[in-house]
Amino acid sequence: MPAQEDRNFFSAFKTQRRIVGALLMREVITRYGRHNIGFMWLFIEPMMFTLGVLFMWTFMGLHKVQLPIVPFCLSGYATILLWRNTINRSGNAVEPNRTLLHHRNVRIINLFLARTILEIAGATMSCAILFSFFIFVGLANVPYDILKFVFAWTLLAWFSFDMSLILGALSTLSEVVERVWHVFAYLFLPLSGAFYMVEWLPREFGKAVQWVPIVNCTELLREGLFGPLIRAHYSITYVIIFNTIFLFFGLFLMRYISNRGVDGE
Amino acid sequence: MIRLENISKRYKLSDGKIHTVFTALNFEIHPGEKVGVLGQNGAGKSTLIRLISGAEFPTSGIVNRNMSVSWPLAFDAGFQGSLTGIDNIRFICRVYLGNIEKVITFVKEFSELGKFIYEPVKTYSSGMRARLAFAISMAIEFDCFLIDEVMAVGDVRFHDKCNYELFEKRKDRAMIIVSHDVHNIKAHCDRASVLIGGVLKNFSTVDQAYEFYIGIESNASTSEI
Repeated sequence: MPAQEDRNFFSAFKTQRRIVGALLMREVITRYGRHNIGFMWLFIEPMMFTLGVLFMWTFMGLHKVQLPIVPFCLSGYATILLWRNTINRSGNAVEPNRTLLHHRNVRIINLFLARTILEIAGATMSCAILFSFFIFVGLANVPYDILKFVFAWTLLAWFSFDMSLILGALSTLSEVVERVWHVFAYLFLPLSGAFYMVEWLPREFGKAVQWVPIVNCTELLREGLFGPLIRAHYSITYVIIFNTIFLFFGLFLMRYISNRGVDGE
Repeated sequence: MIRLENISKRYKLSDGKIHTVFTALNFEIHPGEKVGVLGQNGAGKSTLIRLISGAEFPTSGIVNRNMSVSWPLAFDAGFQGSLTGIDNIRFICRVYLGNIEKVITFVKEFSELGKFIYEPVKTYSSGMRARLAFAISMAIEFDCFLIDEVMAVGDVRFHDKCNYELFEKRKDRAMIIVSHDVHNIKAHCDRASVLIGGVLKNFSTVDQAYEFYIGIESNASTSEI
C-alpha cells in the first residue's frame, strides 16, 4: 500500500523508486564497506576458483575433453554466485533495517528490492568483468550467441529474485527457514547444473534434474556460450511459467508479512 | 489537516491471542495546532504516533493525511545503527527529498556531535542519538511534527536550544506531543487527549485533560494499594 499522499500509480511508483534508490546507497555501505576491498571479493573468489579448477584439470590431463574448461568453470561459478548470493542475502534483510521502517514511505518490500537488486548487479558485474578478463588473456571464447547468454542470465536473475522474496518473507516468520535453506543450498550445489551438462548424465537422472529451473537456465546459458559445441537440454517455457508462479507467491508472502505488522514492536 | 476516523488496531501475539490496542479512535489536528496525548506506559501512545505517521496501518478505520508529517521523533527511531551519522543523514535526505549538503551543514552545527558524526550510530549514547534525531528533523521541513518523549534528553542548554528551534522558530507548525508526563504538554500544547483502556478521550483544553488524567493516576495508585 502506498502512502496516502500518492494517490495515483505514477507518483507512488516514483516515490518507491526513490526509496529503493536510497536503500541501495545504504546497503552498498554495509555490504562492501567504504574502506576495505569487500567489493573485490566478487571477482577474486570466482577467479581463484576458476584458476584452481583449471590447474587441477590440466594436471589430471582432462583438458583434452571437447569443452574449453575455463569458460565452463567461469559460467558455472557465475551462475552459483548469482542465485546463491541473491537468495542468501535476503534472509536478513529486515532485521538490520527495522528502525528505517519508521519512515512512512520505507516499506518492507523496499528492503528486499534494494538487497536483491544490489546482489544481482554485483553478480552480473562480476560475470561480465571475469569473462572480459579471460577473453582478453585468451583463455575463454567470446560467447557464441551473446543474446541467448544474457537471456539465460536474466531468467536466472528472475528466479533468484522470486526465491529471495519467498525465503526472505518466510525467514521473518521463523528462524528455522534460513538455517534449513543454508543446508539445502549446500546439498543442492552439485545438482545445480554448474559442474555438469545434462547430456553427460544417465538418461533418467538427466530428466529428473530438468525439473530444477536453475539447471534449465544454466543449460541455456551454456548454449549461448558454446553454441553447437554442446547439446543443451532446457525448456524456456517451463522456466517462465515457474518464475511467474513463484513471483506471485513471493509477492503474496510480502503482502502477508507487511500486513502482519513486522514493522511494529 | 490530519484526521483519524474510527481507528482500531489489533496485534496478534506470539501465543496466538489478539491484543487490542484501541478501538473506535477519533482524532483531528489542524495546521498550526499543538496537541498533547497523555497516557500511561503501555497505553498505546507510540502505536498511535506510528499510525499517524503512516509507518503502520490501522486494522480498521481511515487515516486522512493532508499535510507533510515527520517520522516519530523518538530516541533512535529512524536510524540504521551500522551507518555513521553522516550516512544516516544522507539516507534521510534521500527519503524526504532534503538537500544533502545543506542538511549536513545544519546538523553538524546544531547537534554538536563533532567528529562523532563520522562514527556508526550504534556507538552513540542515547543523548547523542536524540541530538542527531532532533537536528535532522529540524533540517527537513514538515507541516506537522510527531514528538515521542524525545524532549527530555540533553542538558539544560541544549534543551533550551531545541525548545527555541522547535517551539519558537516553528510555532506556525502543527505538533503532536506524546508523553506520560504532563509538564511538557502543559508547556507547549493548546489542547490534549488522554489514551486509556484502548479509548482516546479528546479534551478542548490541556487543563481538562490533565484533571481527567490525574484522576486515572490516583485511581491506579489506590487500587495498587
